[in-house]
Amino acid sequence: MAWYALARLLQALAVLAVMSLLVFAGVYALGNPVDLLVDPNAGAADYARRVAALGLDQPLWVQYARFVVGLLHGDLGNSFVHGTPALHLIFERMPATLEVSFAALMMALASGVPLGLVAGFKPQSWIGRAIRALSVLGFSLPTFWVGLMFIMLFAVELGWLPAGGRGPTEHVLGIDLSITTLEGWRHLLLPAVNLALFKISLLIRLTAASTQEILRQDYIRFARAKGLHPVRIVGLHVLKNALVPIVTVLGLEFGSLVAFAVVTESVFAWPGMGKLLIDSITLLDRPVVVAYLLVVVLLFVSINFIVDLLYGLLDPRVRLGGAQA
Amino acid sequence: MKGAAGLLARYAEDRVAAAALALFALLALAALAAPWLAPQNPYDLAQLDILDARLPPGSAAGATELVYRLGTDAQGRDMLSAMLYGLRISLAVGFAATAGGLALGLLVGLSSALAGGRVDALIMRAADLQLAFPAILLALILLAALGPGPGKIVAALVAAQWAYYARAVRGVALVEREKDYIAAVRLLGLSGPRILFRHLLPNCLPALIVVATLQVGAAIALEATLSFLGVGLPVTEPSLGLLIANGFQYLLSGKYWISVFPGLLLLGLILAINLVAERLRVLLNPRLQGV
Repeated sequence: MAWYALARLLQALAVLAVMSLLVFAGVYALGNPVDLLVDPNAGAADYARRVAALGLDQPLWVQYARFVVGLLHGDLGNSFVHGTPALHLIFERMPATLEVSFAALMMALASGVPLGLVAGFKPQSWIGRAIRALSVLGFSLPTFWVGLMFIMLFAVELGWLPAGGRGPTEHVLGIDLSITTLEGWRHLLLPAVNLALFKISLLIRLTAASTQEILRQDYIRFARAKGLHPVRIVGLHVLKNALVPIVTVLGLEFGSLVAFAVVTESVFAWPGMGKLLIDSITLLDRPVVVAYLLVVVLLFVSINFIVDLLYGLLDPRVRLGGAQA
Repeated sequence: MKGAAGLLARYAEDRVAAAALALFALLALAALAAPWLAPQNPYDLAQLDILDARLPPGSAAGATELVYRLGTDAQGRDMLSAMLYGLRISLAVGFAATAGGLALGLLVGLSSALAGGRVDALIMRAADLQLAFPAILLALILLAALGPGPGKIVAALVAAQWAYYARAVRGVALVEREKDYIAAVRLLGLSGPRILFRHLLPNCLPALIVVATLQVGAAIALEATLSFLGVGLPVTEPSLGLLIANGFQYLLSGKYWISVFPGLLLLGLILAINLVAERLRVLLNPRLQGV
């Protein structure tokens, strides 16, 4: 297991190195790096001073080395707009994004898995067809438009929920959270449901497909022959095995929720790092864009690493044959 | 398989899927014929009357005979006309991105499958790496660096989607490669490219059609999202996503039509494409035959 973990860690580090190279290439090689990193409003003297300070007169490999050293020290430059370290800004907004993504993931699991089980168990019945139709609809709904419709219906027409923003937060264990208060939930509900819709469809399809596959297996036929109650068969034998592919994709799906939060946060004015990214792109605040990118890549690589480790723990076959997997 | 007519007949056995195909054909025709169907040219500023701005559906124009059946936007533009032109742009971008992604994916996937060994492992590792990174972020960052524009958004969509095709192509090609007919043409001494394009490629196509259909829908949705976020198409060429974004600020004051109608059209388009893809998946997958 130690060797397996070590191999995975080395792989994750290799991916990080490659990604840092790509981000470096994207920011420093595409376009004029001075324009990217120096405030466009700066004077000519300031401009020349910054070119030297940034080491842009150095050969490319020296520049990359400096970039990596800065990266390892957590120094990605200051935001043009806010004047504070870019990385600090990202970390400030991160809890809001993780909160809405996590809430969406829980909602997707709580509704997608049971619906998928029913659809897989009774594929030909009206309810199975209805759930499948629902999942195709969910796949086709443009997320940002549904968000607008939510705002129109629940905030403007009915006036039940706020149209946007995060509302009051409570300081819990050093993090600002809104799930601890009712008012926080009122703000969180629409963005989280909006973000969850696509994943609900995905989980319905995934669960329904594996349920149908599992129902054909011998151990299910044996359980039926033994006279076990259908509820017990589905609740225990089917569910347990249907969860395997779900656990597999869970980590990546969480990562993709964090990414798609960019859209939902923009619609609902949710003050997370996704909205910060869009604002920074609009305002040409390049250091913040770079910081966001690196933080998200780090997040993805960590998630993958953890999922790989869990997989190795759960399934001995992966661990033993892991060398070439 | 009994040819195209037989396939179409089997396709139409599912009435929902048949309706979806009809809807898609209708929307595609409407998009093609937009200059003739639209009551006004929404981008000819001379035809717009700012006094007619934000009129609700069914209003008559102040100065001309025109009736705004779906209302007008903030510039006094007829929504129906803007939507027809927007549909045109959305479909064009979606299809261009799919064609580009498919071409690149075919090239990479087939070479990967044929080369095998280290080359194959390296290419697929790169594809995996990219698939692990959400398409929307990749496209967003690319467009932030490139700037808005139809050509650039197509390039960003291709960059974000090629890996799906490459993996699908490689998967199918690996299976096909082992079959007897490939061994037979190899024994006949045919050249590598000839085997690739005349024998391997045609047999990989059915599986690719499904992936490509799904990706057209995904590309259109992604383009709409990027345009909504303001990094996709420029305001001079508004797709459906940009039309929806333009109506966002008026939604809170109850002027629903600027965002709602383009959104419904976008939903109809993507839904139709996804339903067609779903039906094709069942039809073209031998494992699901007879289900």
